[in-house]
Amino acid sequence: MSSPSLFADVELAAPVVVFQLTADYNADDANKKINLGVGAYRTDEGEPWVLPVVRSVEAQMAIDPALNHEYLPILGLPSFRELATQLILGKDSRAILENRAGGVQSISGTGALRLAAEFLFRFYNKREKSTPVYVSSPTWGNQTAVFKNAGFTDMRTYRYWDPETRGLDYAGMLQDMKNAPEYSIFIFHGCAHNPTGVDPAHEEWKGIATVCKERNIFPVLDCAYQGFASGDPDVDAWSARMFVDLGFEVLICQSFAKNFGLYNERVGNLTMVMRDAPTLSRCKSQVELIIRAMYSNPPHHGARVVASTLANPAFKQEWLDNLHTMSSRIKDMRQLLHSKLRAKGTPGNWDHIINQIGMFSFTGLNASQVQYLKKRHIYLLSSGRINMCGLTTSNMEYFVDSVHDAVTNVKDGKL
Amino acid sequence: MSLTINKNICSLLQRCSISHRSLNRTGSWWSNVEMGPPDPILGVTEAFKRDTNPKKMNLGVGAYRDDQGKPYVLPTVKKAELAIQGLDKEYLGITGLPAFTNAAAELAFGAGNTVLTDKRNVTVQGISGTGSLRIGANFLNKFFTSNKSIWLPTPSWGNHVPIFKHAGLDVEWYRYYKPSTCGFDAEGAMEDLNKIPENSIVLFHACAHNPTGVDPKPENWKEMSSICKKRNLLPFFDMAYQGFASGDINKDASAMRHFVAEGHNVVLAQSFAKNMGLYGERAGAFTVVCADQEEAARVESQIKILIRPMYSNPPCNGARIASTVLTTPELREQWLVEVKGMADRIISMRQQLVDNLKKEGSTRDWSHITDQIGMFCYTGLNPDQVGDLTKNHSVYLTKDGRISVAGVASGNVGYLAHAIHQVTK
Repeated sequence: MSSPSLFADVELAAPVVVFQLTADYNADDANKKINLGVGAYRTDEGEPWVLPVVRSVEAQMAIDPALNHEYLPILGLPSFRELATQLILGKDSRAILENRAGGVQSISGTGALRLAAEFLFRFYNKREKSTPVYVSSPTWGNQTAVFKNAGFTDMRTYRYWDPETRGLDYAGMLQDMKNAPEYSIFIFHGCAHNPTGVDPAHEEWKGIATVCKERNIFPVLDCAYQGFASGDPDVDAWSARMFVDLGFEVLICQSFAKNFGLYNERVGNLTMVMRDAPTLSRCKSQVELIIRAMYSNPPHHGARVVASTLANPAFKQEWLDNLHTMSSRIKDMRQLLHSKLRAKGTPGNWDHIINQIGMFSFTGLNASQVQYLKKRHIYLLSSGRINMCGLTTSNMEYFVDSVHDAVTNVKDGKL
Repeated sequence: MSLTINKNICSLLQRCSISHRSLNRTGSWWSNVEMGPPDPILGVTEAFKRDTNPKKMNLGVGAYRDDQGKPYVLPTVKKAELAIQGLDKEYLGITGLPAFTNAAAELAFGAGNTVLTDKRNVTVQGISGTGSLRIGANFLNKFFTSNKSIWLPTPSWGNHVPIFKHAGLDVEWYRYYKPSTCGFDAEGAMEDLNKIPENSIVLFHACAHNPTGVDPKPENWKEMSSICKKRNLLPFFDMAYQGFASGDINKDASAMRHFVAEGHNVVLAQSFAKNMGLYGERAGAFTVVCADQEEAARVESQIKILIRPMYSNPPCNGARIASTVLTTPELREQWLVEVKGMADRIISMRQQLVDNLKKEGSTRDWSHITDQIGMFCYTGLNPDQVGDLTKNHSVYLTKDGRISVAGVASGNVGYLAHAIHQVTK
């Protein structure tokens, strides 16, 4: 071919950091290595865990002669959509009873966020692409990319993590919300904030909602850990239900990757709560067009697993038990880490480890300390975020010793 | 009220509406959101469902049906499903299951093809054909610098337009289907392709053109390849029916492979919805053929940047099934038989339809029905005749006269021929 390539100028893009971390971990052949990077649940043996209820349901599905692989409707599996929306809002939600809340099956949580972003970009605030979109500081990095790729040009952050208290900077957050232009979009984490593990208390959520009302802020809720955080799906749904009960129109992005362990089947749901039924109907029809042009219709398998589980009382109970297994192991690891660091006299206040919730913890370790840990074959993000699931009763000792050394030897930054 | 006061009120309201942009009196943001247009194809199915005529036929949606009119789960797919029980649910990488993408590329290009041995291809898993087309569209919008338009054949699959437009590309057209012959408009196509600005993107249906069923002949493909070379056009192949069209996976890929052999660095979207009956599992792949392995690495890294904010990583189940079928020798052999079986049934229904039309006494030339190939057939019926067919015979099809041959069975082909004859005699 004589003419130069059309893509000669395409640059090599930087790899996604968290995947690079796992790649580095995999390449490391040390025995003691620990991967505290990517967010997937691990057992106390450090193994991936397919929920027993998922195995049961899939085994049934594999031999069911009535099942086939036909296209789902564009909006997804109807039973899944209904059950997923009921799960987050509660079966008796006024919004559901009034037919103004509905679900749209999505490609896991990321897909739900993208649908929310595309819908807002096309229809919110008279299509002002310069409508500011606020994400927490810090947040899951992909949230920003999702909204940018949907067309929003003004991405901003609101204060969230307080390095001093290693908790929520509530005053800072409210201040940023009050200073935000009216009609801004704010992305909140429903529970188990990623990456900090810090969630607002109920009273703080109410304060947040009040400012949303005052400033006409549109709330988008990223709910990737319902049930996974506290072990109780209703407890973890409190913030979402609060917004709905207070009369907000809201978009809730649900993932079933963690709470069902269905990471690679890409099961998600976008719950849309509108002022009334006709509005919901029209908005869903527009989301349909967005989906059609992106991937036509969603994947069947994972949605069917979730729907079959939630619809069957015995399976649903088994799921709740599996959820309890995961969330309590994480809580146990938090307790263990906290008590061992205290026992060892590691400098600093480590209470945030047990005050935070969910898969992730912002340890407070700084980038240099993280590098130090890497040399000891312990892999975590330079922000100091660890995946609690990467800790086990067998590797806890080595981790605690290493953190102790890192904190005492690497001085820049406080704890 | 005087004009001045009216004007003042108007400008006051305007200023208010700037700060209360989308909220109406009921306080909803979405009062200006209109109901989206109903999908014409799905609309056909909805109307069909409501019809109580026991002889009704649904010739709308494009999913294969067996001779009893039932969905068909391929036996090899069933076997593969059992084989993958007990595997993990861990995230796939952004580009998907390597066993699947490698097998998909091999299926498309042929084992041993230099594109593969030179590692010049970037092949990523996509959400079936649509998702693969969309990744391609987004990639080209971002990195294809000369012009942001894509040329489609007239007509094309309805969803091509929204896919490309949503990705930011403009859509232009080249002649393709000739209504007077219900065949390929070779002259028109070549003329139009010769007029496309140099360094543009052109979409081709690799085989079994949707919606017409009209495929160019080998000599037409050769000519189109030469024109693309002459004018430096980038060919984007949409291959949704490999194996499903003629029954032969190599024959169905031959047009695309000819372009590759001629030195075109094609862009390709593949679907396994039809040829493996994996519709709802969304198994597909997107490929860019690059100048060399180094460029492939760069291109892949950029494609990942586009996928991550769309859905992070693709669904596993369909890809596992497809790769198990493609890479397990006994399953692959059996699959080839199954896909040929589907293609053969379709081909036989075409023949039976034509035979039955003759038996009905129709004197029209229906040879296009057997000349065309794949799931769909452009019957040549006009909108009035289509309306007549639906209203008076409960035969459901799209207004353009397209029928899904998969919806025809030996039990109803006679009825269909009778109905078509009634509305066209």
